[in-house]
Amino acid sequence: MDEIFGIPTQALLGQLLLGLVNGSFYAMLSLGLAVIFGLLNIVNFAHGALYMVGAYVAWMALEYFGLDYWWALVLAPLVVGAFGILIERLLLRWLYQLDHLYGLLLTFGVALILEGTYRYFFGVSGQPYPVPDALMGATDLGFMVLPNYRAWVVAASLAVCLVTWYVIERTRLGAYLRAATENPRLVQAFGVNVPLLVTLTYGFGVALAAFAGVLAAPIIQVTPLMGSNLIIIVFAVVVIGGMGSILGSIFTGLGLGVIEGLTKVFYPEASSTVVFVIMAIVLLLRPAGLFGREK
Amino acid sequence: MKRTYLAAAAVMMLAAGSALAQGKISGEVVKIGVLTDMSGLYSDIGGQGSVLAAQMAVEDFGGKVKGRKIEVVAADHQNKADVASSKVRQWIDREGVDMLTDALNSAVALATARLVAEKKRVFIDTGAASTRLTNEECTPYTIHHTYDTFALANGTGKAVVAHGGDSWFFLTADYAFGHSLEKDTAEVVKASGGKVLGAVRHPLSASDFSSFLLQAQASKAKIIGLANAGGDTINSIKSANEFGLTRRQTLAGLLVFITDIHSLGLNATQGMYVTEGWYWNLNDETRKWSRRYFDRMKKMPSSNQAGVYSAVTMFLKAVDGAGTDDADAVMAWLRRNPQSDMFGKNMKLREDGRLLHEMYLFQVKKPGESNGPWDYYHVRQTIPADQAFQPLSASKCTLVKKK
Repeated sequence: MDEIFGIPTQALLGQLLLGLVNGSFYAMLSLGLAVIFGLLNIVNFAHGALYMVGAYVAWMALEYFGLDYWWALVLAPLVVGAFGILIERLLLRWLYQLDHLYGLLLTFGVALILEGTYRYFFGVSGQPYPVPDALMGATDLGFMVLPNYRAWVVAASLAVCLVTWYVIERTRLGAYLRAATENPRLVQAFGVNVPLLVTLTYGFGVALAAFAGVLAAPIIQVTPLMGSNLIIIVFAVVVIGGMGSILGSIFTGLGLGVIEGLTKVFYPEASSTVVFVIMAIVLLLRPAGLFGREK
Repeated sequence: MKRTYLAAAAVMMLAAGSALAQGKISGEVVKIGVLTDMSGLYSDIGGQGSVLAAQMAVEDFGGKVKGRKIEVVAADHQNKADVASSKVRQWIDREGVDMLTDALNSAVALATARLVAEKKRVFIDTGAASTRLTNEECTPYTIHHTYDTFALANGTGKAVVAHGGDSWFFLTADYAFGHSLEKDTAEVVKASGGKVLGAVRHPLSASDFSSFLLQAQASKAKIIGLANAGGDTINSIKSANEFGLTRRQTLAGLLVFITDIHSLGLNATQGMYVTEGWYWNLNDETRKWSRRYFDRMKKMPSSNQAGVYSAVTMFLKAVDGAGTDDADAVMAWLRRNPQSDMFGKNMKLREDGRLLHEMYLFQVKKPGESNGPWDYYHVRQTIPADQAFQPLSASKCTLVKKK
């Protein structure tokens, strides 16, 4: 079969693969959001900005200190994670008793401040970040030429997602975490330091965002606005997958990336809206999201 | 240069008699409003740099016109036509702003043009690209200064076809500006003997361009025309390089500013054709002005920022020459007196509002040919003022008398 709905099969396979690449970003970012929402009940609007900061840490490490991509991959999540811990300790912890809306507004404010600061220093056109030497070049897959770097992005983000899932669902630490989500008081009574758990979870969630930022830096221009272009879609992914669901956000992230990729072939004009159409339908049929539990 | 102009203006005023020269300036100050994008995707092309350019124009003029102080005010239009409209209303109705400039973003510029037509203020647009400003929506008070989609299409489209790029595929931003740029360019390509093989429309500020580019690749067109702007153009070029499109196909950026080249670097952009109205390294005069700008801004000016300088300068000369800040008198004076400054020489204002000046076709240098940051363009062609823009015979402007 050479064609499916008038589109050559080869082109279709190529687009599916590209959709998977974009989906890995959605998965990694929505995973961070889901973890944070699950434990902190905070809708972290600063997530896009922290993703941007992650990319900038990579750029600055290269520009000012000569530290290459691989260093950045370790360094950026640490730096941004530490910054996240600071945000949590200084700001967010005062809001846990209040409505979701306050956390949302606060993190939105943090996002605006971060973006404004970077815009002030770097302008909006942004900085280019080179693809690391080891991942230069492309592989001919028969149906398309896939840049090696994009293949690495899929592999790296899948690995990170799976490890995160394993830690949360299958380890003792993860069990504490899940228990603290259900009933923090009880868990505290058993001698688990819940506030520390909360702080570290936030740090970990934003570290994931920073990691995604470093992965994205060689693909798209590093600009102060790179996060705000992406974050709205990522929120839609989280809502579709079910707020707080770990597996849900991974699968929906990848799935929506693929659906979006296909839309780009069949009706490119709709590619920016298709995710929201799906979100509307899912909300109507399953208000808790595809993988969410009704409360 | 300036002295000759002042002298010329003085002679003219004597000739015109003293009736107008009584200094009929409304208000205590002459106010110039820079309406620009301070924080969004076009803020590197305009923004703070445009404000500085306007201030430099005022300083170079001596800070006063007809004995009144000149003041520059600025506002962020946030790329929203409604924000721009309410700001412009406030400026004109309450703050006595006499002249508006910059107005990057065509939606903002069109909204502003409608308002100045109603309220009679001079509007010299440097930032917006839409040719509607001098066609369907022309007004007696709008001047379209730096460039427009016709001039861009005309410059880049013709040159690329002439160099053998005779089959095109467009990557188009899916809104009014992108469509109009695609249409104008496609017409030029066809008129020059080229073929258009197709187009793909992407949403504004798309996060990933790879799948659109694969479609462009599959078209096997020699040239991929980028009918988009700002961050979208930057990311299109970046992905095209990553996917190796540039090995067999050539990109043609249809609206590219030097700030885009600066942020992408020469490796990704070398060999591209670019049409602009101005470049800092054209001649001694542009270099001298740009150095002064650079000392204060730490960046080289874009053609839009230079356009703001030129627009403010010509407005002040006109106020001085006409002896009043009355918009009708200023516009009449500008129609009679071709302007020269560091932006261009002998720039004539046409009845549809188009300011005629030379446009330039540039080719981006290879990394080895550049002497350092901001040295990016080879001048490949100077397009004469009478060929650079849409001919008056094709204008849809109602102010143009049909012969």
